[in-house]
Amino acid sequence: MNALAGVAAIALYSALFLHVESQAAVLALVGAAVIGVPVLGRLGWLARVAASLDEHRLLGRVAIAVALLAVVALFHDQHFAMLMVASVLFYTVACLGLTVQFGYAGVVNFAGAAFFGVGGYTSAVLGPHIPHIAVLMIGGLLAALLGSVLILPILRTRGHYAALITVAFGILFRTFIEVNDALGGPQGLQVKGMNLFGWDLNTPIGEWSFYTNYVLVGLMLAALAFVLVRRLERSWVGLNLDAVRLDETACAVFGIDVARWKILAFTFGNFFAGVAGAAYAMMTGFVAPSSFTFADSLIMVSIILLGGIGSLWGVALAAAIVLVLPEKLQALQEYRFLLYAVLVIAILLVRPQGLVPRRPRDYFA
Amino acid sequence: MTLLACRGLTVRFGGLVALDALDFEVGAGEIVGLIGPNGSGKTTFFNAITGLYRASAGSARFAEHELTELSPQRIYAAGITRTFQRSRLALPLSVFDNIMIGNHRLLHHGLAFNLFRRKALAAELEANVESARTLVATFSKALAGRLFAPVATLSMIDRRRIEICRALVSKPRLLLLDEPSAGMTHEETRELMDDLLLVRGRLAGLAIVIIEHEMNVIERVCERCAVLNYGRKIAEGSYARVAAEREVQMAYLGTQ
Repeated sequence: MNALAGVAAIALYSALFLHVESQAAVLALVGAAVIGVPVLGRLGWLARVAASLDEHRLLGRVAIAVALLAVVALFHDQHFAMLMVASVLFYTVACLGLTVQFGYAGVVNFAGAAFFGVGGYTSAVLGPHIPHIAVLMIGGLLAALLGSVLILPILRTRGHYAALITVAFGILFRTFIEVNDALGGPQGLQVKGMNLFGWDLNTPIGEWSFYTNYVLVGLMLAALAFVLVRRLERSWVGLNLDAVRLDETACAVFGIDVARWKILAFTFGNFFAGVAGAAYAMMTGFVAPSSFTFADSLIMVSIILLGGIGSLWGVALAAAIVLVLPEKLQALQEYRFLLYAVLVIAILLVRPQGLVPRRPRDYFA
Repeated sequence: MTLLACRGLTVRFGGLVALDALDFEVGAGEIVGLIGPNGSGKTTFFNAITGLYRASAGSARFAEHELTELSPQRIYAAGITRTFQRSRLALPLSVFDNIMIGNHRLLHHGLAFNLFRRKALAAELEANVESARTLVATFSKALAGRLFAPVATLSMIDRRRIEICRALVSKPRLLLLDEPSAGMTHEETRELMDDLLLVRGRLAGLAIVIIEHEMNVIERVCERCAVLNYGRKIAEGSYARVAAEREVQMAYLGTQ
């Protein structure tokens, strides 16, 4: 029962958060969470909910799905709320990919937004011509392909240097798009709305916001990404990736091919970022280089840090916080980056393992 | 039967000769001790034959392989494993995970297999949990019950045991132990060595080379030992004979 109560509480809180408009109410909700969550943790309630969710696995999953659908139903006619939820879902997909790279294999990718953008531009260019399910796949494949070029210098460097290479690539991507007139230059390109097997997502169903359609697609993509990444983690491949992150020398001595697993993680992760970017662009209807900057890549990395490195539920939770909070705190305006900075620093100081720390691998869960 | 035969094996770092034309042999099933003062080239020797360092000259034959030409990965696949002087376990990972890192060559690593052949993967996992449990149980029953605890939560002796299990699980032909007694009491070391000899009895033909400063360990478990000093082998033979040699005493104790 604790599981149901926990899911219900989270759903209720999310609904309230999406609903309130006034800055005072938003701040009150944020304050309630900042104070309430540690208190509930102290009282052992969070542990009980987590244990209950572990015990009633199926029930927990059904409850989460029902709660999500309930929130969707509640806000079905509100464009802004649905746009937010869908954005969180697409970012979750991209960041699940980055988790495989950063959280498992230890390959830091500061060009997440660039790979997201590769997917977006794929949608813009190919969207009018071929079926959109193929566009999503191609978006992912192109991101993976571009990543496999970048992996060569990454494999030859370590730590900070490898990170710098991805930073450079992210900037390169943006500049390349900006000066490339065929891709719209700085003005960007229009993207056709998604159409899956004849289902035009930009046509609203009745009174429902058309963004609701994207929420549903986002849910499916996120669930798929979640299952794949979880399976990857709980397999020999996941073990190899962890080993590569933790000790390359020990890997070499026990026959683990460091390059092979870094390439796999990087490619796998970029594929997810590409697919998510392609879907996201179809939803927003527009791509421009200014949406895929280094700052956007930093947002993705901060989502992973905030959630807990390598934690999948953490990614979803942190994506929600990082994307929705600044939108709700309109008073912040262009200070929103300050908010990310404060959030990341606060989390590194107070809870370095992240909001939902990754748990030891349980192959048989 | 000779398993490992090094001829003139040399490792240079710039002007420093860390290993100087070493001739060294290990027969199948033999236990050989490698002793010598700090910096005498013992660990360099391990690093050279496991492929972490490139040999500057000389050869190291292992069965049909020439080790100086192989990558660490291939050397592992040929059947040489090792432990490290300072433990190199993945601390956040479980005991089982760490041991399975050592079992790499016997597991299926294909992406499609791992993602989609769930039944086959589960069967392979279960079989490996069983074999890991049995292996660990030889060293410690208590540790076998904590197979899924993170290594970071375990004591030094347990970590040594895990490192040795990780090196043994793939059934190697040659095991290299780099100071297994470091950081442990005499009693713990004795226990660990007894357990090791027990496991060795089950792996036919397993040869072991031990680097050790604890002379009673060498005396008790090694059939033969070699002494290095400044990268050179200065003595070889039974422990009693080697310990009696004047040059060895000088290397360890200095001249008066």
